[in-house]
Amino acid sequence: MYDVIIIGAGVSGCAAARYLSAYDAKVLVLERAEDVCCGTSKANSAIVHAGFDAVPGSLMAKYNVEGSLMMEALSRELDIPYKRCGSLVVRTESDPREGLEELLERGRKNGVEGLEIIGRERLREMEPNISDDAAEALWAPTGAIICPFELTIALAENAAVNGAEFRFDTEVTGLEPFKTADGDGWLVKTDKGDFEALTVINAAGVYADKFHNMVSEKKLHITPRRGDYYLLDREVGDFVSHTIFQLPDDMGKGVLVSQTVHGNIIVGPTAFNIEDKEGVNTTAEGLAAINQKAGKCVKNIPLNQTITSFAGLRAQEDGKDFVIGEPDDAPGFYDCAGIASPGLSSAPAIGKALAEMIAGKLDLKKNPDFWPIRHGILKPSDLDLEQRTELIKKDSSYGQIICRCESITEGEIIDAITRPLGAKSLDGVKRRTRAGMGRCQAGFCSPKVMEILARELKVPMSEITKSGGGSKLILENLKDGLSEESEGLKAIAKWAADREKAEAAGKEAENA
Amino acid sequence: MLNYDLVIIGGGPAGMAAAVSAKDSGIDSILILERDDKLGGILNQCIHNGFGLHHFKEELTGPEYAQRYIDMVKERGIEYRLDCMVLEISPERLITATNKKDGIFQVQAGAIVLAMGCRERTRGSLNIPGYRPAGIYTAGTAQKLVNIDGLMPGKRIVVLGSGDVGLIMARRMTLEGAEVLAVAEIMPKSGGLQRNIVQCLNDFGIPLLLSTTVVDIQGKERVEGVTLAKVDEKLKPIPGTETHYDCDCLLLSTGLIPENELTRNMGAEIDRKTRGPVVTKEFETTIPGVFAAGNVVSVHGLVDDVSKEALIAGKAAAEYIKARA
Ligand SMILES: Cc1cc2nc3c(=O)[nH]c(=O)nc-3n(C[C@H](O)[C@H](O)[C@H](O)COP(=O)(O)OP(=O)(O)OC[C@H]3O[C@@H](n4cnc5c(N)ncnc54)[C@H](O)[C@@H]3O)c2cc1C
Ligand SMILES: Cc1cc2nc3c(=O)[nH]c(=O)nc-3n(C[C@H](O)[C@H](O)[C@H](O)COP(=O)(O)OP(=O)(O)OC[C@H]3O[C@@H](n4cnc5c(N)ncnc54)[C@H](O)[C@@H]3O)c2cc1C
Repeated sequence: MYDVIIIGAGVSGCAAARYLSAYDAKVLVLERAEDVCCGTSKANSAIVHAGFDAVPGSLMAKYNVEGSLMMEALSRELDIPYKRCGSLVVRTESDPREGLEELLERGRKNGVEGLEIIGRERLREMEPNISDDAAEALWAPTGAIICPFELTIALAENAAVNGAEFRFDTEVTGLEPFKTADGDGWLVKTDKGDFEALTVINAAGVYADKFHNMVSEKKLHITPRRGDYYLLDREVGDFVSHTIFQLPDDMGKGVLVSQTVHGNIIVGPTAFNIEDKEGVNTTAEGLAAINQKAGKCVKNIPLNQTITSFAGLRAQEDGKDFVIGEPDDAPGFYDCAGIASPGLSSAPAIGKALAEMIAGKLDLKKNPDFWPIRHGILKPSDLDLEQRTELIKKDSSYGQIICRCESITEGEIIDAITRPLGAKSLDGVKRRTRAGMGRCQAGFCSPKVMEILARELKVPMSEITKSGGGSKLILENLKDGLSEESEGLKAIAKWAADREKAEAAGKEAENA
Repeated sequence: MLNYDLVIIGGGPAGMAAAVSAKDSGIDSILILERDDKLGGILNQCIHNGFGLHHFKEELTGPEYAQRYIDMVKERGIEYRLDCMVLEISPERLITATNKKDGIFQVQAGAIVLAMGCRERTRGSLNIPGYRPAGIYTAGTAQKLVNIDGLMPGKRIVVLGSGDVGLIMARRMTLEGAEVLAVAEIMPKSGGLQRNIVQCLNDFGIPLLLSTTVVDIQGKERVEGVTLAKVDEKLKPIPGTETHYDCDCLLLSTGLIPENELTRNMGAEIDRKTRGPVVTKEFETTIPGVFAAGNVVSVHGLVDDVSKEALIAGKAAAEYIKARA
């Protein structure tokens, strides 16, 4: 019997697990994918929004502002990159005049600090590549950027070392109310068997409506709203130095241009409402829309430096707000649904709030052994020459570069595989270390990373996947045919023996 | 810190020829730094024949051609370090490199020959829409998997791009038992050698579809199919010409890009067209004493030409060093 079962190991579920692990509670996270961070949390703009965009009084406003205030300290506890680069919402000559005033007003109501409207001159000084058409901008110095993978993975790792259990490749298929010795609970059905819990957190991303609707009469409806992106080479990484937004409209925040914490430039997203909850494919239409819209506020974007494009799905609930907490008619079931943007920014605040709600409900004690600190993967490139030499002396695998584009060493990859909730696939390694995320997009390092995965996980190289499930990278091992018992070799041996016999027979015939 | 008259970055055919030529021009203190576990560069995975017709006047396979130069390097006692990645080169020719054995180390060079070769263009830089499943490989990565590791990345294959690498891999995959459904080429004409079109496609009945590109990739976990479409003169897909192919693998052979991160970070001028460093007739870059040869300067179809220019670069580097001795 678990105190809490969390459905979904995206940033929301992992944040909830991490804050719950500060209590003396038995926590289980169920994830249908092979790893954490395989849903929307892996494909978004990676912005810690300042909080001026959400409607005052909404849950989005509350958790965004709280989350954004928590993020910097959290990034230090979890040893993950965070950069307060500040953000600009640009009004062009053709945009309505009152647009920025409205945002400024909202921001003030939401409690965002430091907001101001700046004129053309200052804007141009801050961002030389701003479009000629730019009139003024809302400057939000508390806007920041983060790495969504590292945030999610770090929350999960920290939860795991503090006692939370994770089960991957486990799809939740049903929920039933359940009488337990300790009171009412839930039977959580999965494709790998049933689990019992006193409470459930529904953090299933675009599928959260499905689980909510199994237990509550007040139905939710989530529309996947796809956003396509381009990611540009680090070579042009200083093209902009802040996050530059267009003035938002009904479909979202428009196409932004921003630096990432790793020094690339991200351009996107689009906004297409779709039906398929798995529809993370980019489309020609989507990519064309970025081309068409991106140039509104920033000129001459070097889109020819694109190294990859991708898409993610916002979980857009009909009520246009986060749905968080217990529905009246399903006690012990906690929604964490409709977590569209700014879900990443809000995750720490949402996770903490859910943990507090459940701690109150179950009267949980603090976990006396809770340790909030997590150490990230040691990066030799952060060290000076001397420290790096010492490190390689102790462990020579830090001397071997595996990913040439991002200069990732074998030591980092081994760490990614062997740490708690370690990587099991090429994408798992990529999200933990950045190996394969550079300009050659894993062309160079994937065979090497596959080899290291096979060695560390003690499986044949032909079983390594890109991202678990059916994503096999290799369809046949040609050397399998070379084992002694192989049919092929037997056939060759027989052929050779037959030939020898025939030759011998021929010679005999000649001699005779 | 180590000191060498000449340091060569990359131990492929260009790097080895430059080393041999510098040695033969009277330079003794030479070091080759190579990130792979053997000398030879990309030739080690090119197990087909067709190399050396001009340079050695006979037809060799890639590894055989490489071996000729490896032997010359060894005969001359030229030093080299393997598994050794060069991370940075300062404009003053201070080189920072790392490997398991020596750790991170620095070498001061009197002159440098850059011979880092090239890398392949990827799907990302082509903006092909669709899912991002397993089963999409650049032809060179597939070549390494098949020829070096003995691993088949696919069984039913569509190749995009008809450069020589794509053509050679179409044949290679067929010989290993895969079915190559088509080679699609966006241009109205193949970029590959005529002999490769005949020997790698026609002889195996593999269709070459000109003015055709991939417009969609299907499959959430593993490639399940691709959609090809005809393109117009502006290379834009023509609606209504889409054809679906059931396949489990898409190989990309859509061009090579000289590998010039180090060169760029040093501050050498890069030619926007070739994407290699701007060089003189002697293959000196815009930084005095820093030379470059082979695919790092511009993509070469024939390794024979690579060797030829690297011999010139190695000699010029030797002259540079002697002039300053
Ligand atoms: C285009 C785009 C841009 C965005 N930009 C930003 C931004 O800049 N800043 C910001 O703050 N936010 C942004 N967001 C929002 C943010 O990415 C999301 O709010 C956040 O990632 C949601 O996390 P989650 O954990 O709720 O969902 P997810 O990450 O989707 O996680 C849900 C998990 O549940 C699992 N799951 C689903 N069904 C089951 C089942 N039956 N059994 C077991 N597991 C299951 C899934 O596999 C998945 O791992 C953006 C979103 C998009 C799409
Ligand atoms: C698939 C394919 C088929 C081909 N077929 C033919 C053919 O049939 N006939 C023909 O004549 N030619 C052919 N070629 C062309 C020929 O192989 C190349 O032109 C030649 O290998 C280029 O030599 P190079 O030394 O410039 O580069 P490479 O062979 O690529 O060598 C560069 C070396 O530098 C090393 N290196 C790079 N960066 C670093 C660093 N930072 N630190 C240390 N080392 C580094 C690399 O590991 C590599 O070993 C083919 C090429 C390919 C890819």
